[in-house]
Amino acid sequence: MSNIDRRSFLTLASGAAIATALGYPMVSFGAGKRVVVVGGGIGGATAAKYIRMADPSIEVTIVEPKKTYHTCFLSNEILGGNRDFKTIQFGYNGLKKRGINVIHEIAIDIDPVAKNVTLKGGKKLAYDACIVSPGISFKWDAIEGYDAKVAQSLPHAWQAGPQTVLLRDQIRAMPDGGNVLIVAPPNPFRCPPGPYERASQIAWYLKNNKPKSKIFILDNKKKFSKQKLFQAGWQRHYGFNTDKSMIEWISGDAGGKVKRVDAKAMIAEADVDFKGDVINVIPPQQAGKIAFTGDLVDKKGWCPVKQNSFESTRHADIYVVGDASIAAPLPKSGYAANSEAKVCAAAVLAKLNGKGTPVPSYVNTCYSLMTPEDGMSVAMVYRFDSKKGKIIKIKGSGGLTPDKASAQMRKREVAYAHSWFNNITHDTFN
Amino acid sequence: MKLKRHLQYILLLFDSVISSAAMAETPTASMLANTCAGCHGTNGSSVGPASPTIAGISRDYFIETMEAYKNAKRPSTIMTRIAKGYTKQEIELMAGFFSRQKFIRYDQQYDASKVKVGKKLHKKYCQKCHEDGGRSAEDDAGILAGQWEPYLRYSMEDFTSGDRTMEKKMKKKMDLLKKSQGDKGVDALIHFYSSQK
Repeated sequence: MSNIDRRSFLTLASGAAIATALGYPMVSFGAGKRVVVVGGGIGGATAAKYIRMADPSIEVTIVEPKKTYHTCFLSNEILGGNRDFKTIQFGYNGLKKRGINVIHEIAIDIDPVAKNVTLKGGKKLAYDACIVSPGISFKWDAIEGYDAKVAQSLPHAWQAGPQTVLLRDQIRAMPDGGNVLIVAPPNPFRCPPGPYERASQIAWYLKNNKPKSKIFILDNKKKFSKQKLFQAGWQRHYGFNTDKSMIEWISGDAGGKVKRVDAKAMIAEADVDFKGDVINVIPPQQAGKIAFTGDLVDKKGWCPVKQNSFESTRHADIYVVGDASIAAPLPKSGYAANSEAKVCAAAVLAKLNGKGTPVPSYVNTCYSLMTPEDGMSVAMVYRFDSKKGKIIKIKGSGGLTPDKASAQMRKREVAYAHSWFNNITHDTFN
Repeated sequence: MKLKRHLQYILLLFDSVISSAAMAETPTASMLANTCAGCHGTNGSSVGPASPTIAGISRDYFIETMEAYKNAKRPSTIMTRIAKGYTKQEIELMAGFFSRQKFIRYDQQYDASKVKVGKKLHKKYCQKCHEDGGRSAEDDAGILAGQWEPYLRYSMEDFTSGDRTMEKKMKKKMDLLKKSQGDKGVDALIHFYSSQK
């Protein structure tokens, strides 16, 4: 039995049996193949877990600088006072227990020819397949007066963590009658309904604590995700479309495009100046930094991939999943990242075993919570159209919570949103 | 029951032969089923608080449920929209996958005195179809033992309002239960099932 002792042989054998039962391609014994995952967010962590779950003989390493991951999804509930900050924190012990190596360092380069990842400390990790899940980075030059330094006083809170706490505390400290400005980004960006859920959650807090206050959403766009449903919800709860509306949405057409912010004067400059007591700037976005240094982006700053495997079209054996990849019509969401990662994991397993790319299946589900008892969702089932080489929506499937959904059903959506949160994070990190 | 189970396996084998020949473009069972994990948990065991565990589910009940969602014969928030994304064959593949998974039960809060009452009511009204304290997936009944409490409650709300149709046998028993115990009886049953480990 060469170098494999009895116990690891049993592990391998049962792993192979499980993998076969799971429908993954047959596993080659003692393959000793190496997969390096760059980025331990939803996409990266899920891909690592599902590869390891299907074939424990593969050595899987995650490179992630942070020891604690904060989910962006449902972090808006913290602003509304409806969720404890601790509940969005996730560590890597669950993945370590699966035998996944986790290195808390920054990856600074990927060499697609030598097939290795360079860490900041100089160490190089060789790979047979590299999965990159870099998330987003911000275009700091897009809005004059707004950069990484200014974000320390005017939070974006679009990568959850200390930024979320900063925004929450600023809203808590604001006087009653103050203005909160939310500067919403142009497409494409992480979590399309996010800025509008954020407005809803902040409105919930203000309604109960500082009812004379107002929220202005200064938008780059003419329309937004789940718009009709959000506006109906704002009408139900926050006086939308009346002169007492707590939320005002100013579209790009109506002068909502912000060109400059002045952190000292607390002004966001669109067609006219808006004065804010709290200014939340969600800047325009692009793929995370390693996607740029690793030469994985197109001219627009996102990563083109073969959409049935998520293998980069720029470099073989490097895969990009999550917000950074170009996977439309799949949105840039947590659920999509989790779903893409599983498709990618199956494709990587197949390739390492000399098999063709499996037929993929993808789902997205996004919940938005307007009050603690009023939620809504959008869902879609997707397939790969092999003729077009593109992901397509399954006709007739998915869509939004119906306009006419009862209050009882909208309350259930909240319970299911919380279930989704618990299950997707468990599915990703445990 | 054993015979039925054997038959199911034979059918399952038969299915996989047909499916591999029929459509090269159909994803594998695990590829399809993995997309459910975001809400129903890894391999179908939900960590709660509301979305139901679908691991260990009866194959026929899964198929029947998905078809009911697809045709809007069963109310739901999101499943009516999601079920429409799958063909009959794909639903059968997922049914096979989830029926082979282990139902993992998690701790839930419950009222011990209601559990005691619920246990008795279960024996009297439900045991005949929901065998083994509601653990069994045979007879194509839904697994109730250890199912998430809000989900059980929503299901009973929908049965009571008439939005979801009960099978004749169930309706008869439910009418009897409600007549003698009222809503409290239903509540006790929910506490009993959700308390089961």
